[in-house]
Amino acid sequence: MNGLKDALYQNLIAEDRYKYLLDGLATTVKITLMAIVIGIIIGFIIAIIRSTYDKTGKLKLLNALCKVYLTVIRGTPAVVQLLVMYYIVLMSVRSKLLVAGIAFGINSGAYVAEIVRGGIMSIDNGQFEAGRSVGFNYIQTMIYIILPQVFKSVLPALANEVICLLKETSVCGYIALQDLTKGGDIIRSQTYNPYVPLLSVAAIYLILVMFISYLVTLLERRLRSSERR
Amino acid sequence: MSADKPLIQVKNLKKDFEDLQVLKDISVDIYPGEVVCIVGPSGSGKSTFLRCLNRLEEPSDGHIIFDAVDICDKHVDINKHRQKMGMVFQHFNLFNHLTIQDNITIAPKKLKIMSREEADKRATELLERVGLPDKAAAYPSMLSGGQKQRIAIARALAMNPEVMLFDEPTSALDPEMVGEVLEIMGELARAGMTMVVVTHEMGFAREVATRVLFMADGEIKEENNPKDFFEQPKNPRLQEFLSKIV
Repeated sequence: MNGLKDALYQNLIAEDRYKYLLDGLATTVKITLMAIVIGIIIGFIIAIIRSTYDKTGKLKLLNALCKVYLTVIRGTPAVVQLLVMYYIVLMSVRSKLLVAGIAFGINSGAYVAEIVRGGIMSIDNGQFEAGRSVGFNYIQTMIYIILPQVFKSVLPALANEVICLLKETSVCGYIALQDLTKGGDIIRSQTYNPYVPLLSVAAIYLILVMFISYLVTLLERRLRSSERR
Repeated sequence: MSADKPLIQVKNLKKDFEDLQVLKDISVDIYPGEVVCIVGPSGSGKSTFLRCLNRLEEPSDGHIIFDAVDICDKHVDINKHRQKMGMVFQHFNLFNHLTIQDNITIAPKKLKIMSREEADKRATELLERVGLPDKAAAYPSMLSGGQKQRIAIARALAMNPEVMLFDEPTSALDPEMVGEVLEIMGELARAGMTMVVVTHEMGFAREVATRVLFMADGEIKEENNPKDFFEQPKNPRLQEFLSKIV
């Protein structure tokens, strides 16, 4: 019992080591939030381009470009993309945090795009026609009629993507960014105790994911209750 | 017809799907206040014709003059013209994520045709008119087919259209709900609305239409006033068609 107490003290309290975890957590959350925003913007734009092509045959060139992007991003590991961003594409960008946010955002965008495209294609074409028939143009129909319905139907899949993304950011240590995982690893290297720091890190990830799941459940319930009152 | 100038002039309209010629050179004038019913066997092109009128289906060739503008012209802003052409679909196509009230008001509000208050007031009037004033806060999934179609009519009317296009509005309804929808359409006709109706309801065509068109093989084979159309059909295809359904 005393051994555990001592281990906890050494790994978390002594020399303010808990700060590695706290600062790391902040970094992880920042990168994830940045990546979610970028990923959703990229994802929706690409999904609209791709589904417009699927439905109407327009935007052929853009569609081809999107397909290249999807193939490359989904066909290479996120760590490799992160390294390529850091050492090649964004080598002039000073902030590692920004590099990581952009790299994971671009990565996530590809997955979001396919989720949202699936959602758009699953909406009955009659909804498009009704939107057009009252005088909305294509984009207005998308924004006012289609996307709100898509959002509702793809929410579980999007939540899944956010969870994957959060965990994926744990490879940030590769560009010497001190995220949550790296923070735990630094403590381990100082105390030579793998148990407390690594299990703490795992527990924090788990709590974060459970929190996200909880938020999504709330949101889903809210969206659904608007249908059956 | 009382009015002198046609509201819609269709000239040599053609529509091909790949190799299939669905509409072969259709020309027809529709005057203000007319109720034109289009009947014919399935696959005759009547729905395609109706959907060409507001270019939900892109015509392959020909002209549609609506309000003195050729809306088949590529430079025309079709969205502006669609605002003046209400459309009612076979499968209702109400916006599932919106309340009935919002279904009716979203277009006039978002397109800035009316202020929020005007649109809401108009929606209340229209709900009254289609007999569903208590459904404003309901969602489409909570309504019966007949109620959905009545709301769809109200939604189309919200933009104060000059003409209403009906694409088999009762074909997807349970038999006991057909009457309530036809009744609303009849009232609309009596109020002077110009209507183009693709339908299988011969009773409606006979009683409400001012003119009936018979389409087959992508052509208008016969057009006449309802009395002569049903009692003295001349075209053999029409005679055959009528003998099958009566």
